[in-house]
Amino acid sequence: MTTSTSTTSTAATASSARKPIAGRRIALHLGALAALIVMLYPLAWLLATSLKPADEVIASLDLLPGSLEWSNYSTALDGVNDVSVWRLLGNSLLIAGGAVVGNVLSCSLAAYAFARLRFRFRGPLFAFMIATIMLPHHAVLIPQYIIFNQLGMVNTYWPLILPKFLATEAFFVFLIVQFMRGLPRELEEAARIDGCGPFRSFFLVILPLTRPALITTAIFTFIWTWNDFFTQLIYLFSPEKFTLTLALRSFVDASSTSAFGPMFAMSVIALLPIVLFFLAFQRFLVEGMANSGIKG
Amino acid sequence: MTTTTDTPVTTPAAKTVPVKRPGGRRREGAAWVFLSPWVLGAAVLTLLPMAVSLYLSFTDYDLFNPPHWVGLRNYTQMFTEDPRYWRSVGATLTYVVIAVPLQLGLALVVALGLKSMRRGRGFYRSAFYAPSLLGASMSIALVWRALFNDGGTVDNLLGTGGWVNRPGWALFAVALLTVWQFGAPMVIFLAGLQQIPTELYEAASVDGASRWRQFLSITVPMLSPVIFFNLVLQTIQAFQVFTPAFAVSGGKGGPADSTLFYTLYLYDRGFVASHMGYASAMAWVLLIVIGAVTAVLFRTSRTWVFYASEGDR
Repeated sequence: MTTSTSTTSTAATASSARKPIAGRRIALHLGALAALIVMLYPLAWLLATSLKPADEVIASLDLLPGSLEWSNYSTALDGVNDVSVWRLLGNSLLIAGGAVVGNVLSCSLAAYAFARLRFRFRGPLFAFMIATIMLPHHAVLIPQYIIFNQLGMVNTYWPLILPKFLATEAFFVFLIVQFMRGLPRELEEAARIDGCGPFRSFFLVILPLTRPALITTAIFTFIWTWNDFFTQLIYLFSPEKFTLTLALRSFVDASSTSAFGPMFAMSVIALLPIVLFFLAFQRFLVEGMANSGIKG
Repeated sequence: MTTTTDTPVTTPAAKTVPVKRPGGRRREGAAWVFLSPWVLGAAVLTLLPMAVSLYLSFTDYDLFNPPHWVGLRNYTQMFTEDPRYWRSVGATLTYVVIAVPLQLGLALVVALGLKSMRRGRGFYRSAFYAPSLLGASMSIALVWRALFNDGGTVDNLLGTGGWVNRPGWALFAVALLTVWQFGAPMVIFLAGLQQIPTELYEAASVDGASRWRQFLSITVPMLSPVIFFNLVLQTIQAFQVFTPAFAVSGGKGGPADSTLFYTLYLYDRGFVASHMGYASAMAWVLLIVIGAVTAVLFRTSRTWVFYASEGDR
């Protein structure tokens, strides 16, 4: 509406033009705050409900529980199907941790080759790698399942971790390639003159400088693996091997509301690591997202 | 290469040119060492499975008995005899058409708002982004089911009754969960907006262009590669939505198959009913459809996506 009329005029007109701008700014903040409250409502609701006694859960608009029902959490800690939450948490951590190590290692190796080394068919292979970002997971799902079944790996964590060591998540390869391309070539040339081969210059020069991209990869891998439901659903079926996400599944079919409180207490426990990661690394996360391939 | 200005000893450098070749070959070998995990993964976990799933799509296969060749029967059954298949197609397409434009539109509006903010931008950016990370989880999908259930918050506020148990409405509950996660495309939009040179806006306003005109003539063209990137990414992801539909419908795609998304039905056919051949055929149709949609998007992008580097530099 009222921008920039004041670009060259006197201070008086400038200050008169500033008022509507200030008004606009306040409106923007009010709008953003309102949007924020609406958006955060489901999270507040989750937290509140996890502390509500069973009779208050349904048909109550109040966010604040009448009385705090901490027993929801102790029930949740007992776990599902006689498997304690600690066990489920450990399983989730093991899978997510394995995925992080696998992705960071394998994706950075492949990315270095694509970004910095010359080899035959580099162009077509790179194009293929990019194309697999768009490949729907389901196109390879069933044969992958058959392969892991033949290897006797169904109902183990291998199908969830092993693929990450083979750089199957092309998105991260691409992310690291983009980052490595931004590093000055002189560094490697200097290293080469000092007698470094490609391996030493990768480990000693490039990898340390790629740290921001590696951290982004690690955080996203952790959160996505933690949230993943589909793969865990098809590969794991023994309750003691379940992850937190999968344990929550047993609440999906249950229609009784008696388990509502404990169910949401467990949901909070399952979300907690993501929230902590988010609070600790939000800078990396937001910037990692912003830089995910749209830089010119 | 390195400059050789002061040394007259450049002739040995010229002689090293033939010697460079074995070095180059060694580097080529090194490249393949670096690539080996990826090559193995691409071959064994991508290319081979694609070929196998194509083969299986022409068979009857239950995971226990050897595959039995049936030709095109899975496909003909899918297209002509399976009303549930078409309901899953309908649900998925409706969802994609509703959720993706709403999500991207909201992301763009909020990004524009945040861009003109001086203070608090970083805070809002992070806060709006949080649902994109949390929302993909089973926890939030369960929250959604409760909020949109009979007697849930939405019922209480709007008096519309629960959404998740009404066939005409359940899909919208899932779509809203996706829209709620507009933070990821918003962050990308915001990054794109910040790269548009401010001189363009200054020049336009000197010429007397209105804000709306500036938006249409500067923001949209300059942002079009980013809009395109988000559109392709979110569309591909929307076709594969699974977790919220599973949670909202108790894993069955109800009520009345209204949230029987394509991937949910694929899971049901393959892993619940053990019709791996049929599920493979479904997977291949999905692959072709996503490929076709992406191709169409790329083709139309020629008319509306503007790359500054092509024109200027």
